[in-house]
Amino acid sequence: MTRITSDDVRKVAKLCRLEIPEDDIEKYSNQLEGILEYIAQLERIDTLNVPPTTRAVEVVNAFREDTIVSSSSDVRDKILDLAPQREGEFFRVPKILSE
Amino acid sequence: MPQAAVEWEPVIGLETHVQLGTSSKIFTAASTNFGDEPNTHIDPVVCGLPGTLPVLNKRVLEYAVKAAMALNLKIAQHCKFDRKQYFYPDLPKNYQISQYDEPIAEDGWIEVEVAEKGKDTYLKTIGIERLHMEEDAGKLVHAGSDRLAGSTYSLVDYNRAGVALAEIVSKPDLRTGREASEYASEIRRIVRYLGVSDGNMQEGSLRCDVNISVRRGSDAPFGTKVEIKNMNSFSAIQKACDYEIKRQIKTYESGGTVLQETRLWDENKQLTKSMRSKEGSSDYRYFPDPDLGPIEVSIELQDQWRSELPELPSAKRHRYAKELGLSAYDSRVLTDDSQMASYFENVVLAGCDAKLASNWITGDLAAYVNAQRITFDKLLFLPEQLAELIQLIVEGKISGKIAKEILPGLLEKGGSPKNIVESQNLGMISDPKLIEKKIDELFSQFPNEVESYRAGKKKLQGFFIGQLMKNTSGKVDPKLANQILSKKLNAN
Repeated sequence: MTRITSDDVRKVAKLCRLEIPEDDIEKYSNQLEGILEYIAQLERIDTLNVPPTTRAVEVVNAFREDTIVSSSSDVRDKILDLAPQREGEFFRVPKILSE
Repeated sequence: MPQAAVEWEPVIGLETHVQLGTSSKIFTAASTNFGDEPNTHIDPVVCGLPGTLPVLNKRVLEYAVKAAMALNLKIAQHCKFDRKQYFYPDLPKNYQISQYDEPIAEDGWIEVEVAEKGKDTYLKTIGIERLHMEEDAGKLVHAGSDRLAGSTYSLVDYNRAGVALAEIVSKPDLRTGREASEYASEIRRIVRYLGVSDGNMQEGSLRCDVNISVRRGSDAPFGTKVEIKNMNSFSAIQKACDYEIKRQIKTYESGGTVLQETRLWDENKQLTKSMRSKEGSSDYRYFPDPDLGPIEVSIELQDQWRSELPELPSAKRHRYAKELGLSAYDSRVLTDDSQMASYFENVVLAGCDAKLASNWITGDLAAYVNAQRITFDKLLFLPEQLAELIQLIVEGKISGKIAKEILPGLLEKGGSPKNIVESQNLGMISDPKLIEKKIDELFSQFPNEVESYRAGKKKLQGFFIGQLMKNTSGKVDPKLANQILSKKLNAN
């Protein structure tokens, strides 16, 4: 069985920019473990003669032609409005801290 | 034990991002046009809104494969796209669609001609690790300061987000700043010849990051690698490398350690400075992008695209030197720009001597083209017309001086030099009788000078030629005139 340690939870939370209270870490590590266990059932399937794939749907070479379809200014406005902060034609973001 | 005096060896590799010149973005139909109002080229796919589906632009694949072929890379039978996760405001989706473990092409090389003033020019083969396709990020404007540090907030423009890039990773085969800048110039020349990118460094369509370390001798293990960014020209690449090589050697020799970090080239101060420590930084958690299917470029399609490749700069350089007898220098100058090379080839095709054509093109014509900020294909003075002009000189119909005089008009409007010479009566006077007559006139005009000459003041021959040129508006055949003049001055 895969162990999800408290440190794993902290690391994943940090990478996802999630703030998790210290008291909840145990709970999440149990939940994550449960998810992995559920998925781990797949390991019981014999895949010796099955070629590896990264996808469930076998669509190869789905392309579009190189043509421009511009969004209307309405769409642009809607997208800009979705952001927590907007300044004129820009998205506005808080002060960026160095990594 | 005293340390053996083994020379330091710099080890340099380049990561080059080339913006592919497609009309629309890599996974959506938004325009890639540069310099428009902020956020005019955004749509739900660019911003990764729920329910959207990215679909690969076929021309991006074509351009990437063509670039890969020109770089002698092996095209993968099967490749896929992955998501590279990181949080930064220039990335609208919080992941960048890129290619991680299955790039479109791997394992190639290019030949680079390394030329530096005062040093021998040499050829060097530089290995290329891989080329992969990915999307560009947006642009940040830092408010309250021209730099990130000190700004109170930032503004984001996603016009560039989702524009197609080819990332080309070299092997660590480069050893000097000059080799690095020559390699980068050759990459730009190649993508421009292919027409897959404009390679404009100022606008950011070609961006180079340098990885650099130094070690004691070529058998030693690699030293700690430092990444340098923010170079806006080829000379900046060279200077940044040379600076960084010295800095690292000095650090080691004074007993210090070189940190693994990213440094920025400061063009004003001409030095690199630390940006951030790389240690324990990004964990990108790459995984296959579930929205994009795998790519398999068929042999037929590869053959078709390969057949559309133009002759590449290095092949042209070799051909000009070998078949046309041009110097390495002339070959290099002429092939630097594919438009200039094609103009030159058309002049030669019209029957002109290659060396003469090269002199005119790299001299007067190039000066005009640069001053006008145009390209050779936009010249109204056509290759056949230049060939005609040169032919008039070769045949002795006009002097080189006359040719230079009518050139500005030709460059501006084009036209047949032959017709201009005839209509303006500019043809060279090469009739011995006529020349003799002109000289006789001159002698009666300057009897004293004739006498001085005959008394031994031989330098006066130049005076007579000057006068003769003046009286004929430079049209007299100088060689013939000199012959006749000598004969007449010395006949006594």
